[in-house]
Amino acid sequence: MSVSSNEKRNALLSVRQVAKSFTMHLRDGVVLPVVNDVNFELFAGECVVLGGPSGVGKSSILRMVYGNYAIDSGEILIRQNPFGEPRDLGAGDPRLVLDLRRDCIGYVSQFLRAVPRVSALDIVAEPLVSRGVDRTVAAEKAAGLLRRLHLPEALFDLPPATFSGGEKQRVNIARGFITDHPILLLDEPTASLDAGNRDVVISMIREKLDAGTAILGIFHDQPVRDAVATRTIDVSAFSARRAA
Amino acid sequence: MTLPEYNFAYLDEQTKRMIRRAILKGIAIPGYQVPFASREMPMPYGWGTGGVQVTAAILGPDDVLKVIDQGADDTTNAVSIRAFFAKTANVATTTKTADATVIQTRHRIPEAPLSAGQVIVYQVPIPEPLRFLEPRETETRVMHGLEEYGLIHVKLYEDIAQHGHIATTYAYPVKVEDRYVMDPSPIPKFDNPKMNGSPALQLFGAGREKRIYALPPFTNVVSLDFEDHPFEVQKFKQPCALCNATGVYLDEVVTDDRGGRMYVCSDTDHCETRREEGHHGAGLPISGAQTAKEDAA
Amino acid sequence: MSSPILSVSNLERRYGDFIGCTDISFDVWPGEVVAIVGESGSGKTTLLNCISGRLERSSGSIRYNMRDGRFPDLADLSEAERRFLMRTDWGFVHQNPADGLRMRVSAGANVGERLMAIGDRHYGEIRDTATEWLGRVEIAGDRIDDKPVAFSGGMRQRLQIARNLVTRPRLIFMDEPTGGLDVSVQARVLDLLRGLVSDLGLAVVIVTHDLAVARLLSQRMIVMKSGRIVETGLTDRVLDDPHHPYTQLLVASILES
Repeated sequence: MSVSSNEKRNALLSVRQVAKSFTMHLRDGVVLPVVNDVNFELFAGECVVLGGPSGVGKSSILRMVYGNYAIDSGEILIRQNPFGEPRDLGAGDPRLVLDLRRDCIGYVSQFLRAVPRVSALDIVAEPLVSRGVDRTVAAEKAAGLLRRLHLPEALFDLPPATFSGGEKQRVNIARGFITDHPILLLDEPTASLDAGNRDVVISMIREKLDAGTAILGIFHDQPVRDAVATRTIDVSAFSARRAA
Repeated sequence: MTLPEYNFAYLDEQTKRMIRRAILKGIAIPGYQVPFASREMPMPYGWGTGGVQVTAAILGPDDVLKVIDQGADDTTNAVSIRAFFAKTANVATTTKTADATVIQTRHRIPEAPLSAGQVIVYQVPIPEPLRFLEPRETETRVMHGLEEYGLIHVKLYEDIAQHGHIATTYAYPVKVEDRYVMDPSPIPKFDNPKMNGSPALQLFGAGREKRIYALPPFTNVVSLDFEDHPFEVQKFKQPCALCNATGVYLDEVVTDDRGGRMYVCSDTDHCETRREEGHHGAGLPISGAQTAKEDAA
Repeated sequence: MSSPILSVSNLERRYGDFIGCTDISFDVWPGEVVAIVGESGSGKTTLLNCISGRLERSSGSIRYNMRDGRFPDLADLSEAERRFLMRTDWGFVHQNPADGLRMRVSAGANVGERLMAIGDRHYGEIRDTATEWLGRVEIAGDRIDDKPVAFSGGMRQRLQIARNLVTRPRLIFMDEPTGGLDVSVQARVLDLLRGLVSDLGLAVVIVTHDLAVARLLSQRMIVMKSGRIVETGLTDRVLDDPHHPYTQLLVASILES
């Protein structure tokens, strides 16, 4: 892989020879390969888009990088900054994964996992609070993000369980963007947004990139992809199911 | 002299030795409940079978015995137990606190201060102060062993929460020599301070529950409380109606069916002694007039 | 945070020939919630009772990191020390609140008991602290003198939680804390627990058969079957990518919501 312009700087994320399959014990142990020999790097300030047809393993790669999926082999090396020591998230030590999630990797999933009775504002502020930021400061920042995403103020203090899909998604985005994790994983963040909010998200992504955040994302939305992508990786190249 | 029908003081010598060993152990570990092999006595539980066994074990031929029940020498219980020992041990009995060498009591400590050489024997119905909140004997024993006494304050807390003050008025728990929490038997809390540093030997016997415990002379006995709700004894608004005594524990006596009542010393010996000394209470008319009045009525 | 707060190694508990749990090793770190999941009879409650000192183990070691820096096996502590731990540094939340409460004394005394046990002797302060904790578990202050028998199941469970947390313990054991509650009440208790656990930085070992409870509260998960650990890992990893056949069966059995 070419590293010409980044020669002196280390990648924040290095995925090396990663393979992943599922063994379905409830289906007589049938093995479903997902990806093989995944290799790529992600540097500060770039937005790498995982491309390829549906079912090729894009979301699986995001989940492996976030530690939701265990990998069969290979390494997923994470650095907190370009000069930091790499730590192997792929080894699967739960405490390391938790540390890396707290310090290095943010994640905006497709769906918000709503917690009963916790307000939208608190859900957004929580990643900051858990990193020791003062509650009021975190809440102010959360409110700012939600306002920017045009979430009606009346909803701030309500639990998002009853929100519409787009409203939930905006809460989810705000929660993912509130921290300054060096690596940010985006799984179709704009899927259920209208054009206006989509543009807000695009500018938020650009601001993250300007600040040096490394972004790895899946965007089915062509205009968003064109607006933010600095590089595209075709996941089909890694797909273990190409033959299928 | 004919052969006595009973061994001296009713119990056989082996039993008395067993009880004395328990008493000695109790004296050695003030406030600790020593199990003993309580015997059947020729009276029902609740009549003071524990106290009677302790008294029987310590009584000698030269002792002078006083027995009180609620402070009175002349109630059924006191009279019966006194008669029991007069018959089985042939010991001298008295109602005078100062003359007694052994005082068996139910529910009171005499008003006259006890002196060195005297022994006071308490009749105890329930020796376990923690039972109200922890019914398991195995658990309360461990709690005593490990000095886990938070629970006893839970009871006092409940008192204050419900009544605004510590409403426990009798069997008020005490801590002995900063170690064991002890139930002082159902004496009024008014009497609790008398246990502290008393020159007399204090023995406690629980017959049904088969426990003996003791306070050797000059033992430190502290009534439990809260910093902001300190222990205090009952105070009476008026002196004894008969002997005009203040600072003593008074009983309420209903005098008629129209709400008339008077407050008199619960310790009958104390009251009588004071009257003999010439003290007169407001409820006690001049003797001549009183007779005339009663005749008229 | 450089060492675990609780370290279990090669733990076994037998009932005669029957295995309650065996070959159990895991660590719990400060501030971490570990869920032990499995169906009835999988040995999870036996395990919980062993590591919380409520049940004797047959073999193995259970070490606890004391506040004074010692890291002894629980078996090497005196009974006094062990019991002191249990009512100060530890908490135990029972499935049935009646097992963890004194049903015949007031809510305030239930919460205050641990304070009195460690020597608090100021009624007013004990009451203030009890009121504060009732508030934290969303029980109105004017219920402080009511007895738990007058409380609903959810309130009792919240009272039990307050009673456990008042001494600011570092490690809490929970046995199906929402198991006996209506679903609507469950959510409230769970959310409350979740908030308190993160606010107080508690380490928690929670036994549950409800994977949704585990997902909501825990960072790490231990899956048990027939007395043995069959899978461990990050909670969302175990639930999103279960490896052991039994875990896959458990996850596949969750109703989609």
